[in-house]
Amino acid sequence: MANQHATPEGNHLTHVVSTRTLLGVFAGLIVLTVVTVLAAGMASGAWEVWISMGIASAKAFLVAAYFMHLRYDNPFHTLLLVSALAFVFLFLGLTLADADAYQPAIDAYLKRQP
Amino acid sequence: MATSAEHGHGSHLAHHFESPQQQLAAGKLGMWIFLVTEVLFFSGLFVAYAVYRSAHPEMFADAHRYLSTTLGALNTIVLLLSSLTMAWAVRCAQLNQQRGLLICLGVTLACAGMFLGVKAVEYSAKWQEGLLWAGAFSPHEGAAHVSLISAPLFILSIPALLLVVVGAGGLAAARAWKWKQASATSATLLATGIAFCLGAVLATGVSSLKAHPTAGNQQPTAQHAGDEQATARRSETENPAGSSINYTGINYTGVFFSIYYAMTGVHALHILGGMAVIAWLIWTAAGGRYGAEYFNPVDYVGLYWHLVDVVWIYLFPLLYLIH
Repeated sequence: MANQHATPEGNHLTHVVSTRTLLGVFAGLIVLTVVTVLAAGMASGAWEVWISMGIASAKAFLVAAYFMHLRYDNPFHTLLLVSALAFVFLFLGLTLADADAYQPAIDAYLKRQP
Repeated sequence: MATSAEHGHGSHLAHHFESPQQQLAAGKLGMWIFLVTEVLFFSGLFVAYAVYRSAHPEMFADAHRYLSTTLGALNTIVLLLSSLTMAWAVRCAQLNQQRGLLICLGVTLACAGMFLGVKAVEYSAKWQEGLLWAGAFSPHEGAAHVSLISAPLFILSIPALLLVVVGAGGLAAARAWKWKQASATSATLLATGIAFCLGAVLATGVSSLKAHPTAGNQQPTAQHAGDEQATARRSETENPAGSSINYTGINYTGVFFSIYYAMTGVHALHILGGMAVIAWLIWTAAGGRYGAEYFNPVDYVGLYWHLVDVVWIYLFPLLYLIH
């Protein structure tokens, strides 16, 4: 039988995440969801989007580190994800900078319209 | 083939791999490279969102009043639960817990069905209220009443109703023939169809309890009901130094909904794709293919499913929590 290598709490091919960790991460994710809804209720103006993105990133970190095993995995997989995110930030940053650079011209044009 | 027998490997080791370790490492690497392309793919939508929100922040604040935070939060929790059971399914496969593996995969699939049920109520209510993409955006007043009996919701529910019929029929037939693999799979398909309907009923109940929960403390409905000139006039008086809407009176809320439909629609397509693969996992798991020596497909599908969950973790505050 191919499955003879299973021991009650271990696997010789990979690290097995304990049920305690799984449930703890799930509880953390639910708490953070409640926190982000409550934080959005107390509207905080310009900071709002940064707070909610910070909380979302904390949740994404929990999912990636534990549910996706990155904490126990080959670090090269983390490097792949981080490099993808680096390019996402380049994409986002350069596009926003470009859009903002042209916004005054658009506003001035729209202002001239009757 | 002879080599794998010599090395004492099971039949799961493909002939071009030296060892199960190498096979698992190669598969995971391939999956992560695919996930990188997925991250970059979704980033295009997020950049469109960011550019539009930075140019028209007031329209995003206006649009959020059409979305129910409660339904968004409900779907977030349903999806987080499905992620938990998916991670647990991987653990069960690694520990050769066959029954646990099937239960966890079944709960994951049912949660996905429930997520889509809630989403179907949201989409159909928006369709009836005229909250469509730019160009077709024409909200009507008084259409906020959300009902289970509506043509758009029925159309969106057809696949789930078919799943109930096919699942129930398959379950009856498989039990009659005493075919365990087919009856386990049919039972999960049936549960998934029922979970979709449950999600739809729950979402309808939540929406009828408090349709437009935040509309009351912001503007009377007549004012955000899509009269473009009224919107422009309102913005002029409230926000004289504000941004582009002041000069033209163009209602950009339709563009918000274009972005909303593109982002949630592409995400929902990923959920549907994931459900198809999880259904295949259930079929093969019920056939006893996975165990401590070979759990690779469960692990790979799990990685994909968690990524889809992470995308929703960002979509929820960006679309539902703007004030």
